[in-house]
Amino acid sequence: LVAEIEKKITEAFEVFDRESNKTVDVREIGCIIRSLGCFPNEAEVQELLSKIEVEEPGGFVHLEQFLPVMREVLLERRFRPIPEDVILHAFEALDENKCGYITKEDLVKHLTEE
Amino acid sequence: AFKAAVLIQQWYRRHVARLEMRRRCTWRIFQSIEYSCEQDQIKLHNFFSYLMDQFTPSSSKERDFISRMFISGESYKEAELEKYCDYESIEVPDSYTGPHLSFPLLPDHATALLEAFQQKQQLHARYILNLLHETRKHLKQLPNISHVSTCYSEEVTVCGDLHGQLDDLFFIFYKNGLPSPSKSYVFNGDFVDRGKQSLEILVILFTFLLIYPKEVHLNRGNHEDHMVNLRYGFTKEVMQKYKVHGKKILRMFQNVFCWLPLATLIDQKVLIIHGGISDTTDLDMLEKIQRDKFISVLRLKKRKESSRKPEIQAINGKSESGTDAAGNEAAPRLSLQPQSAQAPSTANRLEFSRWLRQTVQEQIDTCRRLMDISESEPEELTYSSMVSLKDVDEPCWTRQEEWKQILDILWSDPMPQEGCRENKVRGGGCYFGPDVTEKFLEKYSLQFLIRSHECKQEGYEFCHNRKVLTIFSASNYYEIGSNRGAYVKLGPDLIPHFVQYQANKTAHMLTMTQRQGFPVALISRVEESAFRALREKLFAHTSALIRAFKSYDRDNTGKITLSNWATAVESVLRLGLPWRMLRPQLVRSTEDGMLEYKSWLDDLAMEQRSQEHIQSSLLEVIYRNRSNLETIFRIIDRDHSGLISFEEFQQTWKLFSSHMNIELTDDGINDLVRSIDFNKDGNIDFNEFLEAFRLVKQCP
Repeated sequence: LVAEIEKKITEAFEVFDRESNKTVDVREIGCIIRSLGCFPNEAEVQELLSKIEVEEPGGFVHLEQFLPVMREVLLERRFRPIPEDVILHAFEALDENKCGYITKEDLVKHLTEE
Repeated sequence: AFKAAVLIQQWYRRHVARLEMRRRCTWRIFQSIEYSCEQDQIKLHNFFSYLMDQFTPSSSKERDFISRMFISGESYKEAELEKYCDYESIEVPDSYTGPHLSFPLLPDHATALLEAFQQKQQLHARYILNLLHETRKHLKQLPNISHVSTCYSEEVTVCGDLHGQLDDLFFIFYKNGLPSPSKSYVFNGDFVDRGKQSLEILVILFTFLLIYPKEVHLNRGNHEDHMVNLRYGFTKEVMQKYKVHGKKILRMFQNVFCWLPLATLIDQKVLIIHGGISDTTDLDMLEKIQRDKFISVLRLKKRKESSRKPEIQAINGKSESGTDAAGNEAAPRLSLQPQSAQAPSTANRLEFSRWLRQTVQEQIDTCRRLMDISESEPEELTYSSMVSLKDVDEPCWTRQEEWKQILDILWSDPMPQEGCRENKVRGGGCYFGPDVTEKFLEKYSLQFLIRSHECKQEGYEFCHNRKVLTIFSASNYYEIGSNRGAYVKLGPDLIPHFVQYQANKTAHMLTMTQRQGFPVALISRVEESAFRALREKLFAHTSALIRAFKSYDRDNTGKITLSNWATAVESVLRLGLPWRMLRPQLVRSTEDGMLEYKSWLDDLAMEQRSQEHIQSSLLEVIYRNRSNLETIFRIIDRDHSGLISFEEFQQTWKLFSSHMNIELTDDGINDLVRSIDFNKDGNIDFNEFLEAFRLVKQCP
């Protein structure tokens, strides 16, 4: 099982590996984690990143650093998907006027106001 | 409320990430399939090698047939070209409503052509031929490397591959303006093939070239090569649009292509070539090569050293017939028309091989003799039209070296790793690293390179520390919505400015959905197309896949784990794709994480158009080798009629199946033909034949 997980992580990583040299831009890490089926929020992504050594300059992450961290995440089944009813509830909480949608500005406002 | 917002953000980001992953995977699929198609060229090469070296013909008819495949095309002197492809005898009927051209060309002619093509009109064959003759005259005076200066016209616009996509060219002219004394253009090759309006693009480009010779510059691309055109669609397009004069037109294009300049240099600082460079690229050599000698850059194979010498001695000095090494009379006739030579009566494989080489060498020598050349150096064997040689001062480098220079310029690709290695994927040119670029730029005091040749999602891409720019102007190349096209403008400061576009009504519709919400519709459509192509590839390798799966299923349960599935599929297809990521789209149902592979493969088979009468292994072979089969048929079909005789068809099949190690009886072939019903008075329309097995229209 572990071997299979590692293969999956490597595959996802390589999709974003532009130069085929086992490194990706640090800004893509969030995307990679999420496409492996996880639902971390921004804070959680940053926390993960702090555990992974980022190469300066340019901010690259090497597969070797990423693999063990991600492996633990998947084995421990962290950042599970958000159930539909919870998300629906979240939308309803922000949709004061009950119009069935929220605007991007609303969302940004709520995210940036402490 | 903050918590709610965070949750939504979380969910949204995950959605976007998934889309991004899907988008990248789709791109990967298209690219890997495209490049593996180019590997077909290598397979074709292997097929011809097989015929040459290993196949034992069972009858003289078979021998003749094989030799015809090697001695293809008619060779000609340039003067004969003018006579053969003359246009003056062609009358333009009064009923013709298309544009009329007269020479010298004027801007009004260009506008008329643009309007006519926009209305889907066709230019009369007479004018095309006339245009080609004039274009050729003009190109002949141009050097191999065109020089452009930004001080004359403020900006230079560089466009990449167009591949017959006229809409993109229209868009570029619409957005950027037509070529004019104040608007310079460089078109960096690959004007033809794949798209359906290659002819129109060439007519427009050549017209502007003649009207504004100082401002319009064309570089040769690897698709400006009739051997490539046979496979990738230009030949077919011309023959379909010009049934009567198509052959002449193709012959003229063949010649015009080899007169296209090889590179363009802006302000002595920016070099523009179609493919790339290699560690041996030498601009001085490139400037001095006689570029028109290289009609086709593709070639068959190196002749083996041992068999060369004795036969040449035997041939040189004999005018009519020669004798082959076995001492039998071979009687090729002295003419420019290929005649099938009398094959030796012995069935000995080695002798047949020697005889074949000799016969072809004789043809080459015959042509040389007619052109008054004495050539003592053994020539590389080309299965394309003869290299037309001229009586000039022999430079100190060999033709082999010259050929490599051109091949590298037209076919190479940059790679991220340092060094320079053979480009085995494409079967020509090199992969060159940033160190090669650096050295090259330094050697010639250049600032950067502009090249095309590779499709890029954004229409352009930098690499090698921004020293190499790839510019690709065919939008939606793989599928509607797959990529943008772009062109780049350079002013005297040589700082590139890009304009991107996607010229297609449907794509515009899709991008509107994009503005409203998520680009899901866009991605889904392209994705669908990619997966269809991938599924077809999987089907084409059914037997090999079964073998691979079985190796993981020792207990014969009929099931394998998904992990083994991924490994097995990659080992067979070798596309380098992220199979575990793609799995959800390819494998619908599993039972406790195990896949019943037989039924999965059966499902794949059902999706392909059903040809139930044909044995499945045969179907597989056709799918896998469709591109090569088409090329072989076209080589045999010398008058480009689209028809070959049933006998030729049969023989081709026999040879091919023997090479591929398949059992195919005569009945099998008959069934094949009958079931698809392509027989037209004893001739097979191979276009229709191949269409029946063509599922994804984009797959070349």
